[in-house]
Amino acid sequence: MSKHHVTTTVNGDAVEFLADPRETLLDCLRDHVGLTGTKEGCGTGDCGACSVELDGTLVCSCLVLGVEANGKTVNTIEGMASGDALHPLQRKFIEHAALQCGFCTPGILVAAKALLDKNPDPTEEEVRYWLAGNLCRCTGYDKIIRAVMDAAAELREAA
Amino acid sequence: MAKDGLNTEFRLVGTRPNRPDGLDKVTGRARYGADFSLPGMLHGAVLRSPHAHAKILKIDTSKAEALDGVKAVVTRADFPEGLEGEDWNLQENTMAGDKVLYDGHAVAAVAATSKLLAEEAVRLIEVEYEVLPHVIDVDDAIKPDAPVIREGASDASVPEGMPPNVVRYMEFGRGDLEAGFAAADLVRENTYKTEATHQGYIEPHACVGQMGSDAKGEMWVCTQGQWFIRKMCCAVLGLEASQLRVTPSEIGGGFGGKTTIFMEPLSLALSRKANGRPVKIVMSRSEVLRATGPTASGSMDVKIGMKKDGTLTAARAEFRMQGGAFPGAPVDMALYCGFAPYKLDAVEHVGYDVLANRPKCAAYRAPGSPMGAFAVESLIDEMCRELGLDPVEVRMKNAVREGDQSSYGPKFGSIGLVEVLEAVKGHSNLAEPLGPNQGRGVASGYWFNHNGETSVSMSIAADGTVQVSVGTPDIGGSRASLSLMVAEHLGIPYEDVRVNVVETGSLGENEPTHGSRATFASGKAAILSTDQAIKEMCRRAANEWGIDPEAVEWADGAAQPAGPNAGKFPPMSIKEIAGKMGETGGPISGHHESLPEGVGASFGAHVVDVEVDPETGLTKILRYLVVQDAGRAIHPSYVEGQYQGGAVQGIGWALNEEYIYGEDGRLQNPIFLDYRIPVASDLPMIDTVIVEVPNPGHPYGVRGVGETGITPPLPAIASAIHQATGARLRHLPMTPQKVRAAMKAQDS
Amino acid sequence: MNYHLATSFEEAARIAANAGGTTRFLAGGTDVLVQMRAGMVLPDDLIDLKAIPGTDAMTQLADGSWQIGVAVPGARLGANADLCRDWPGVVEGMELVGSTQVQGRATLTGNLCNGSPAADSVPGLVAAGATVVITGPEGSRELPVEEVPTGPGKTALNKGELISEIRLPARGDNAGDAYLRFTPRTEMDIAVVGCAVSLRLDGDKIVEARVSLGAVAPTVLLVAEAADAIIGTTLDDAALDALAAAASKAAKPISDKRGSAEYRIEIAGVLAKRAAKIAYGRAKGDNK
Repeated sequence: MSKHHVTTTVNGDAVEFLADPRETLLDCLRDHVGLTGTKEGCGTGDCGACSVELDGTLVCSCLVLGVEANGKTVNTIEGMASGDALHPLQRKFIEHAALQCGFCTPGILVAAKALLDKNPDPTEEEVRYWLAGNLCRCTGYDKIIRAVMDAAAELREAA
Repeated sequence: MAKDGLNTEFRLVGTRPNRPDGLDKVTGRARYGADFSLPGMLHGAVLRSPHAHAKILKIDTSKAEALDGVKAVVTRADFPEGLEGEDWNLQENTMAGDKVLYDGHAVAAVAATSKLLAEEAVRLIEVEYEVLPHVIDVDDAIKPDAPVIREGASDASVPEGMPPNVVRYMEFGRGDLEAGFAAADLVRENTYKTEATHQGYIEPHACVGQMGSDAKGEMWVCTQGQWFIRKMCCAVLGLEASQLRVTPSEIGGGFGGKTTIFMEPLSLALSRKANGRPVKIVMSRSEVLRATGPTASGSMDVKIGMKKDGTLTAARAEFRMQGGAFPGAPVDMALYCGFAPYKLDAVEHVGYDVLANRPKCAAYRAPGSPMGAFAVESLIDEMCRELGLDPVEVRMKNAVREGDQSSYGPKFGSIGLVEVLEAVKGHSNLAEPLGPNQGRGVASGYWFNHNGETSVSMSIAADGTVQVSVGTPDIGGSRASLSLMVAEHLGIPYEDVRVNVVETGSLGENEPTHGSRATFASGKAAILSTDQAIKEMCRRAANEWGIDPEAVEWADGAAQPAGPNAGKFPPMSIKEIAGKMGETGGPISGHHESLPEGVGASFGAHVVDVEVDPETGLTKILRYLVVQDAGRAIHPSYVEGQYQGGAVQGIGWALNEEYIYGEDGRLQNPIFLDYRIPVASDLPMIDTVIVEVPNPGHPYGVRGVGETGITPPLPAIASAIHQATGARLRHLPMTPQKVRAAMKAQDS
Repeated sequence: MNYHLATSFEEAARIAANAGGTTRFLAGGTDVLVQMRAGMVLPDDLIDLKAIPGTDAMTQLADGSWQIGVAVPGARLGANADLCRDWPGVVEGMELVGSTQVQGRATLTGNLCNGSPAADSVPGLVAAGATVVITGPEGSRELPVEEVPTGPGKTALNKGELISEIRLPARGDNAGDAYLRFTPRTEMDIAVVGCAVSLRLDGDKIVEARVSLGAVAPTVLLVAEAADAIIGTTLDDAALDALAAAASKAAKPISDKRGSAEYRIEIAGVLAKRAAKIAYGRAKGDNK
C-alpha cells in the first residue's frame, strides 16, 4: 500500500502528512496531525462528532479521505478560540452547562459556528435542524440550543 | 433561580458556576478513551460472530499471523480455564468459548502495527461454525421447547421443571391479594412489552492496555469505574488485582454501559502476547451496538385493583425479561420500582430472568425501572380513564410518604413524591389547551439511588488551595458539584478547589459512577475528608494560640476562637495555616472511606403533550415537563441537565429506539442511521422543576438525580398517545407504523 | 487500494475499464466511505472525480435548462436561488439526504448511483424529467434518470461507464414540484416512503404531471397512473383521492426494518396527496 503525501493547512498552519488512501481525514487529523479534539462517534456520518470545516464547508471528517484534503484548508475545534479568547459559542456552552460528558461538544461547536457564520440570527427551529446531524445523548439538546441562541445574540450585539 | 428561599443559607451550594473541566471540553483538549497513545503502541481489532448461535468447530489464525505487521492473535485458548459464576460470564462475553451466543460475539482478536493491518488480519481468520437454532424474543425464549442456550446456567432460585432458559426466578410480596382484588371496583390486567435499547453514548469504547510477561500491567480506558475494570479484567485473565493499574480517561457518556468490561481484557491479552507492547482497541459504532451493553427486553403482566375513588386495593406483577445469553436481566429492579410510588397493602411480584441469543445486557440508567413503570403506569392510566379519574389525583391519593412501607419491602425515609405531584399540579403546562389529535400523559418514576464503596482523599496545598481525589469519573459535571460542596464546607472560593478523578493506585476501591451515586457518595466522603482537615487546621491554630483545640471552630474559611472563653484572636485563614504547615506539623489532608449510609430515594413525575398525525401515526412531542425531587440541587444547571437528558432518552425508548433482529438472528440496525436516538429537531425544550426535599442522610441533602428521569417518559407518552388517538399502545417502541396500526385496529 | 485523481471523464472511464478488481468512483464519498468503513466494499481502485474540470459547476443554459456537475454537493444546490425557484422539489429532495455535514459532500449523482430505492433526491429528479449524460469507453449517451437504477445497489451503467452530468429541463411557466418523504425522526433517517410530484397548470387546471415514488419497489418508480389521476383536474378532493389510490396501487414494497409493506402502501397515498398540494401551490405562485 503506497502512502500519499498530503499538504494541507490546518487551523492556519501548514501541515504535511503521509496518508494511506483508505484513511479518512478524521484518522489523519487524529493519528498523523495529532489533533484529537475531533471525535469519532460513528464513522458513518450519522453523529457529527467529527465535524470540521473543509475549505469553509461543514463536513464530517469521517466521510472525507485524508488524500482529499490535499491542497485544502481544514478548520477544527482546536482552531476555534483565538489565543486565550474563547469563541462566544465556547464560552456560552460552558456558561449554559450545554455539555455533560463533552464528547459531542467539539463537533457541535464547529457545526454551530458554521451556522452562525452563515445565519447570524437563526430561529430555534433553524438551530435544531442545522444541528440534527450532531447527536448528543446526555443533554436532551435543551441547553445546547439555548447556548447557541445566546451566542448568536451576543455576536449580533458585537457586530 | 427556581428555588428562592431554599438556597439562601448557602454561599455556593445551589449556584451555577462554570464547571472546572469546561475549558478543556470546549477546546478539544480533554482526553477521552481513544485519545491516548503510547510509544510502540499496536492497534487491535476483533473478529466477531456473524451468527446468533453456533458451535465453533475450528479457528484458523495462521493466515492472520503470517501477515507482515501482525504481532499477536488471541482466542479463548489464551484465557485461563475454570472460572465460575459471574467471572465466567464476563470471560465468556469477552471472548466466545465453545459456542458463539449472539451476533457480534467476539471470537478472536489481533494486534498489528496499524489499525488497517489489524482489520485486514481479522478478515484472514477462518472460523468453522455449526449453526444452531437461536431464540431472540423473551416470550419465545421462555417456552419449554426453546433452543437451549446454556445447560446448567440456572441458579438455585429456579424451581424444578421450569423452562430451560429460565436462569433466575423470584417471587415476593405481602398482604391478601385475593381480598384486595375483591375489594376493588375495577380490576384490570394487561400485558406490556418493551424492546431492548442501547445506552447510546456517543463515545465508543476505547482503551490502551499494556501487560508484560511479569503480569504487571496498566490500562487507560473510558469507563465509569476504573476499579470495576481492574477487578473484572483480572478475574477474566487470572491476574492479581493490585498488579494492574487502571487510569480512567474523560468519558464520553456511559449511562451504565461503561460499568463493565468488553474488549479491555483483549488489549491486555494481546499486549502480553506481543511482548508487552501497548495495544489500543477502539470499537466501531457497529461493534458498540452489536456487542456492548444493551438493556434487557421485557414482557410484563400487570394486574391492579382500584376503587371508584382511585384507591388502589391490590397489585400483581409478573415480569419476564431477557438480558442476553447470560443471567442478569434487571427483572428484580423492575419489580422493585414498578409499584414503588404507590401505597399498597396487598402486592405480589413474580420475575423470570431468561436467556436469549443477544449480547449480555449492561446497566442502563435506572436499570429495569423504565420497563416496570411502562407496565404499571400505563395500566394505572388506563384505569383512571375508565373510571373518569384525574391521573395526577389518583397518584396523589395513593402516594407513598415518609414511614410508609414500600411495595418491595423496606420503609421509606424522607421522600418527596407528594411534593413532586403538588408541583406537577401547579405547573402552567397543565393549563395549556390541547387541540385536535393532541393528548397529554402523566407518569411517575422511581429510583432507589445508591451508595456503593467509596474512598476519597483531600489535601491542602501550601497556598491554601485544595485538591480532592475521587474515584468516580466525571460523566456530567460532578467535578463542579464536588468542588462546590468542598468549597462551601471549607468556606473558601469555588475556584480554590480542584477535584481530580484518579487512577486505581491512588485510593481504595470505588464503585463506578453509577446508580446516581457520585454527588451523593463521593460528595459525602469528600465532606467527611474535609472535616478531618478542618479538625487538623483548628488544632494547628489552637497550638499557635496556646488554647485548647476544642475551643477553636472553623468558620468562613478560617479557624476562629469559639466563644468568649477561648480568648481573643484574629481568625487564622486557611492560607495562613497552610503557608506554615511545613513548620507546624507537616501536610494537612483528610481521607474517608465507607459505604456511605443515608441514601435518599428519588421520585419524579413527567407530563408530556403530543400531537399524532392521524394519517401516518407520527408522534410529535409538543411540550415536556420533568418534575423531580433532587434532595438538594448542588449545581442546578447540571441537575436540570440530568432531568432533560434522562427524559429525552426515555422519549427515544418510547418512540423509536429498539434492537431489530432479522430471522437469522442478526442485528439489523447496528448504526446510528437505523438505531434512532432522538435528534435536536425531534424535540421541544424540556421544562424542568427541581423539587428539594433534602435528604437527611447527606450533609447538603443530596439524593442523586441521574436515573429517575428516564423512567416516566415511556408510560407518559403512551398515555398521551392514547388521549390523542384513542388507541393504547402496549408494546414499545411506539413507532408511527405501530401507532397507525393501533388506530386502524380501533376504527375497525 | 489505489487512489486515482482523474482529470477528465475519459481518463476516469479508461482507468475503470482497465481495472481488474473492485472499482468505485468518488465524488462526495458519503456512501462509498461508509461502505469501505463497514468492510462491505473494499475497492482496489478508487477514482476521484473532483479534479475533473466542470464537476463542481452548476449552469443554467439560455433555454432555461440546467446542467449540474457530478461533484456539486447538496449544500450548493440549496444556496442557488435560481435553482431553488425553478426546481424546489429537486432541491428539497437532495437536502433531505443526511445532515448539514453530509450536505457539504453528498451529490445528486452519488445518491443516484448508490442505487438505493429510498434515495431521497431521485424521485424529485424523476418527476422533473431529468436526464444524465453517461461517459464510457465507447463514448457518451444520455439516459432518463428513472432508467439509471435497475435494482437495489444496481445501475444501468456498464463497466467503465460513469455519469458525467445531470440535466434538468427548463421549468417553464405555471409549474411547480415538491418532494416529501416519511421518516420516524425529523432528520437523519432513510425514507420509509418518498414521493415527488411535478406539475404544470393552465389556470387552475393541471395540464402536465409526473409523480414518482421512492422506497416502495426495487427502484424509484415513475407512476403514470398517479399523474393521470390529477391531469385535467384542479386537484379537488376527488382527484386527490384518485391520486392516493393510484400511488398506493403502484407501490409494491417489501416489509423490512424500516416499515411493513402494508404501511408503506398506505403512506405512499398520503404523501402523494400532500406533495401534490405543495406542488400545486408552488405552481400557483406560493413561495413555499
